[in-house]
Amino acid sequence: MTGALRTPRGLATALLLVLFAALPLLTQAFDQRYLLSIGTRIVIWSIAAVSLNMILGYGGLVSFGHAAFFGIGGYAVGILSASGVPDGWVQWPVAILAAAAWAALIGALSLRTRGVYFIMITLAFAQLVYYVAASLEVYGGDDGLNIGRSRFSGLIDLRDKASFYWLCFALLVATLWFCSRFAVSRFGFVLRGARSNDQRMTALGFPVFQYRLAALVISGAFGGLAGVLLANEGAYVSPAMMSWVKSGDLIVIVVLGGMGTLFGPVYGAIAFFVLEESLKPLMDLVHKGWGEYWQIVFGPMLVLVALYAKGGIDSLLGRRRHG
Amino acid sequence: MVEPLLSTHGLIKRFGGLLATDNVSIEVRPGEIHALIGPNGAGKTTLVAQLTGMLAPDSGTIHFAGRDVTRLPTHARVRLGLARSFQITSVLREFTALDNVALAVQAHRGHSFRFLADARADRGLRDAARQGLEAVGLGGRADTLASALSHGEQRQLEIAMALAGDPRLLLLDEPMAGMGAEESQRMVELLRGLKAKRGMLLIEHDMDAVFALADRITVLVYGRAIATGTPAEIRAHPEVRQAYLGEEAA
Amino acid sequence: MDYLLIQTLNGVQLGLLMFLLAAGLTLTFGIMDLVNLAHGSLYMMGAYLAWTFIGWTDSFVLGVLLSLPATFLLGVVVEAVVMRRLYARDHLDQVLATFGLILFFNELVRAVWGPAGKSIAVPAFLGHTVEILPGVPYPAYRFALIVAGGVVAILLAWLVTRTRMGMVIRAGASNRRMIAALGVNIELLFSLVFGLGAVFAGLAGVMAAPIASVKIGMGDDILILAFVIIVIGGIGSIKGAFVAAMMVGQIDIFGRTYLPDLLKTFLSPAAASGAAPALSQMMVYIVMAGVLVWRPTGLFGQRS
Repeated sequence: MTGALRTPRGLATALLLVLFAALPLLTQAFDQRYLLSIGTRIVIWSIAAVSLNMILGYGGLVSFGHAAFFGIGGYAVGILSASGVPDGWVQWPVAILAAAAWAALIGALSLRTRGVYFIMITLAFAQLVYYVAASLEVYGGDDGLNIGRSRFSGLIDLRDKASFYWLCFALLVATLWFCSRFAVSRFGFVLRGARSNDQRMTALGFPVFQYRLAALVISGAFGGLAGVLLANEGAYVSPAMMSWVKSGDLIVIVVLGGMGTLFGPVYGAIAFFVLEESLKPLMDLVHKGWGEYWQIVFGPMLVLVALYAKGGIDSLLGRRRHG
Repeated sequence: MVEPLLSTHGLIKRFGGLLATDNVSIEVRPGEIHALIGPNGAGKTTLVAQLTGMLAPDSGTIHFAGRDVTRLPTHARVRLGLARSFQITSVLREFTALDNVALAVQAHRGHSFRFLADARADRGLRDAARQGLEAVGLGGRADTLASALSHGEQRQLEIAMALAGDPRLLLLDEPMAGMGAEESQRMVELLRGLKAKRGMLLIEHDMDAVFALADRITVLVYGRAIATGTPAEIRAHPEVRQAYLGEEAA
Repeated sequence: MDYLLIQTLNGVQLGLLMFLLAAGLTLTFGIMDLVNLAHGSLYMMGAYLAWTFIGWTDSFVLGVLLSLPATFLLGVVVEAVVMRRLYARDHLDQVLATFGLILFFNELVRAVWGPAGKSIAVPAFLGHTVEILPGVPYPAYRFALIVAGGVVAILLAWLVTRTRMGMVIRAGASNRRMIAALGVNIELLFSLVFGLGAVFAGLAGVMAAPIASVKIGMGDDILILAFVIIVIGGIGSIKGAFVAAMMVGQIDIFGRTYLPDLLKTFLSPAAASGAAPALSQMMVYIVMAGVLVWRPTGLFGQRS
């Protein structure tokens, strides 16, 4: 453990975690409350990205429908809340199970296909969920729904921004811990082996389909958790949570940070937010009013990353000791 | 009469108008090295694919270890003890040699739906994997990335992975492919040493190795098994000489 | 009965439009093994370019005709600058890069043409109705779309089955490496295929504009429908794309027109009108799921 701290990567990560842990105290001290909001969202998106990394980074499966898990988690909370069930103890498990169930269904249908088919099918089914949500007029339809935050029988008040932030941070740490065990567990080795050469794994005697399905379900469950948190962050759910653009953004975050690495998704989430926040003023500096069109620069940047920087931020932090 | 380890009965496979496997009935006995030879395009690869379960035959049956496995998926056949190595090296390149064999061992040690325990700390897996590497002569290369191994070493790794589950039948698809003379010699010695405990179906083009190792040989031409017998019988077989061995026959 | 005929024709019209979009896409996937998410952007650019040209020339026909080579050129440029570098890459890289392109084009359109949508009016000479059967009027524009779409489909079928280039394309869709070995100029072929796909996409965008709308991101939602069509039809198969597009066209139209009434027979009117839009969207996906269970590589796709 201490050995890991001596590497640039280890040090950077440790510092980052300390910073994250102390964020509410820092933002209060420097009176930058809005930074806490941004920090909360970064943490939530990190959880979503870590969940996608499980199936994309470690599993090698390009799932373009991850935002659906996000959205199902959020809408489960929203629907229950609007139906008179504000109890978080009920909402959250239901939401996570719903996301996991959807993952199981999608997986059963799509994991038998390969390559391009898989990508398009996951995209199509996520879009289906989006349409269903947008057509639920009684829950706000296209405009979305304002909801009350989950109640936890007085144990914690999610309306308190600092408390909520620390809950999200704790959940991120828990997710990262699980992911670290997952990656080197028996299951993780099988999944990563299948990513490397699934024909080989079948020839060794592993029913690869079953393992990938399980990975997708786990990945979906954690994605649902992130959705639950996002719904509580803004006290709001809308179909935009699960648009295919969000799925694309999640893939960008995972790749940007470094696929198949533990902290990559967290770096990616930070980088994504930083890029968005900084491209706007930068472009405004070049020419007033251009900042609004920051995606004209961001889009080609993604093309360049895809072509030349696949290793992501993680690869910039120095060479990896293999394992 | 000892029951054969692996047997096929009237296996037929068509691809459109092409008859790739023409009523093939072969068998491999326990403890024997059975070589499958034939010119390119004879249908050896198609036959192997049907034996392993990657391809479904149009008709005919396959029996292994006393069971009808014709409809059984690949991974289930492996669990029964049918292991294979690939013609084109198919190791897990991003993993070390040790990881490769450990995974192969893992496949036969209970299920792998375990998410929290570190598989690298599992002594049972790791020790068995090291032994597996020693057995093929790769003991000193355990922590090398598979992609960094030489071609011959990768072929050895393939064998180690196939052996990891203590299989009853080894299906070796051109294990000698791309090897120099010395490496081939070592591989022949290795295979000869393995034979006592298991059966082996060996697909090879290297005739020296085939005649040195095989107890029996089956010759496949245009999808049909035209002859089966001891090396001496095959050498003398007129149809075989004409179709395949040609003037190379000693 | 008349209503049924009209809706069927609407389904045919939608199907032909989707075929135009899907044909280029299935060729790109099949021949170049390229996941191109930005295909919808070409659809959008075709419509916007046509809007501009129609504005300049004050003529619908001229504007449309000018937009075709413009879209072809755009396709060729995109292919040369970005796509060419993606052929050898894995699908994730392609997804990432073409996703970036979508963002770029959407924002470009917003910057150049503004955030508000544009409208292209149905041209005056097609503003009336046609009597397809005595006493059954049908919008002339939609009829023209069916004719135009049908002509293009026939042309494409002729190109693919009766010309040398078509033969090379079909061979490429079936076995990419082989055609390179046979001495075909791969670079030229890929550029042509991509450009052709771009023209079809742009044409579809223009044709759809008067009845749908011209707005930012108009290509992205319809692209997903095109994906579904390709999955159902089988990647690389033009015939599959056609059959699937026709199927989807009918399913979509009938879902939207008849499903609410069907639901009302056993649900309350409120529940029926609430569930109908979602269900009609779902029908296409349910069909896709069904096809996948039965044939994982689509109706006419390569059996691997």
